[in-house]
Formats: sequence, C-alpha cells, structure tokens
Amino acid sequence: MYRQPVSRLWWLKKRTYFVFVMRELSCIFVAWFAVFLMVMVFAIGRGEASYQRFMDWAASPVVVAINIVALAFLVLHTMTWFVLTAHATPIRVGGRRVLAMREARVAGRIVPAATAVRVGGRQVPAAMVIASQYAGLVVVSAFIAWLVLR
Amino acid sequence: MTKRHIEPIVWLLFSAGGVAAAVFLPILILLFGLAIPLGWVRPDYNYLDAVVSHWLTRLVLLGLLVVMLFHSAHRFRYTLHDGLQLRWEVPIAVLSYGGALLGSAAALLIVLTI
Repeated sequence: MYRQPVSRLWWLKKRTYFVFVMRELSCIFVAWFAVFLMVMVFAIGRGEASYQRFMDWAASPVVVAINIVALAFLVLHTMTWFVLTAHATPIRVGGRRVLAMREARVAGRIVPAATAVRVGGRQVPAAMVIASQYAGLVVVSAFIAWLVLR
Repeated sequence: MTKRHIEPIVWLLFSAGGVAAAVFLPILILLFGLAIPLGWVRPDYNYLDAVVSHWLTRLVLLGLLVVMLFHSAHRFRYTLHDGLQLRWEVPIAVLSYGGALLGSAAALLIVLTI
C-alpha cells in the first residue's frame, strides 16, 4: 500500500499546526522545571549556603532566559490544556458517574484521547468548564504565593 | 511496538500531569524561576526549609513531579514521532518513559531525604 510521505516541516504550513507543535513543545519546559524544582528542593535540604548557591545560579542570565521562555510555554500549555479538557471531556451532571476512554486522531494516528467523566443528565457548556478551571488556577496560585511569601 | 496494555496507564499519568503542569507550574516558575532568583521577593530560608520539609509538601511535590515527568515524556514521544516523523518508535518510547522513570526515582530519593 502506498502512503504519501509527510514532510518533516508540515507544521509550518498553517498557523493552527504551528500552535499545535508549540503546545507539544511545552513538554520540554515541563521537564526542565520539574528538574529545576528537584535540584532546588535538594539544595534547600542541604542548608542555607547551598540554597543561596542555587539561587545565584538561577539568577544567571542564561537560566533566567530559559525560565522566561519556560513561563511563556507554560502559559500556552495552561490555556490550551483548559480548552482541550473542556472539549474532550463531556461532563454530565445529575445521576451516576461513568469513567470511559475515548479515542482521537492526532496527526493521522489514533490515540486514546480523554477520560470522559459522565455524571448522567445534561452536558455542562465548555465555557463553564474553562472558567471553572481558571478559577482553580487562581486559587492554587494564590495559595502557593501565600504559602511561600507570608 | 510498545505493549498496548500500558497505554491507558501512561495516558492517565499524561492527563494528570497535564492538569498538574497547567495549574501549578506557572506560579512556581514565576516564584522560584524568576521572582526569588532576581530578588523581587526574599522569603526567609528557615521558613522555606520548614515548608518544604513538611510531610504534606513532600507528598504533594512527589505526586506533582512524577505525573509532570510522565506527561512530558508522553508528549515528547509523540512530538518526535508525529511531529518530526521519526521512525524509531521503540527507542523513542524507551528513552522517554525511561527518563521519566529515572526522574521519578530521583524525585522519590530527594523527597525522602530532605
């Protein structure tokens, strides 16, 4: 069977493709900051001098630049993830709860797409799901900022 | 080919990590990646040490780190495979999930020995 080869630069052909690839690339910065946090916690555990050395390293221009880029990619991840969740998860209120798995097509291949939480009854509008996720984001962010800075 | 039966588990970790990263990472990067290193805010070390050493913080931190690492690994795998159209399916999967597993082990070790 003949399959037409896909160009390695297919994602530059359309704006939506480009945003999709940028969204996928956010995973590199998720991993980067997970490791950053691990090293930071390790440094905190080793004493004040070690913590100070870590923060001095984190203040170097290259690391600051990486973290600015990481923040931008994470904002993109958050925005796209909330929309994705709202559309991929039909939430139904009233009645019983069913956990099911759906499939979706990503760049031509079938992958499991979302755990669909059904609570019976009617569907909650996507805008409401997105808004409630932003509310969660605000609460968690405020709590962490309060915990660290009080 | 990776075994099909691990796919749902990896998918659940991916979703959990996606939520964790979306909700927790922006503020964490802003605080620990920019505000504190650049001196915009200066939390007391002893206080920070006490917060991080608390058992609840350790537990939450471990959970967040593990799911975020697997989220990242899963996306990385499909970015290389679908995005760059790379062929080496098995090495890519082993590298991605292996890395997440290694990172999770390191996270466990760090969280246990703070």
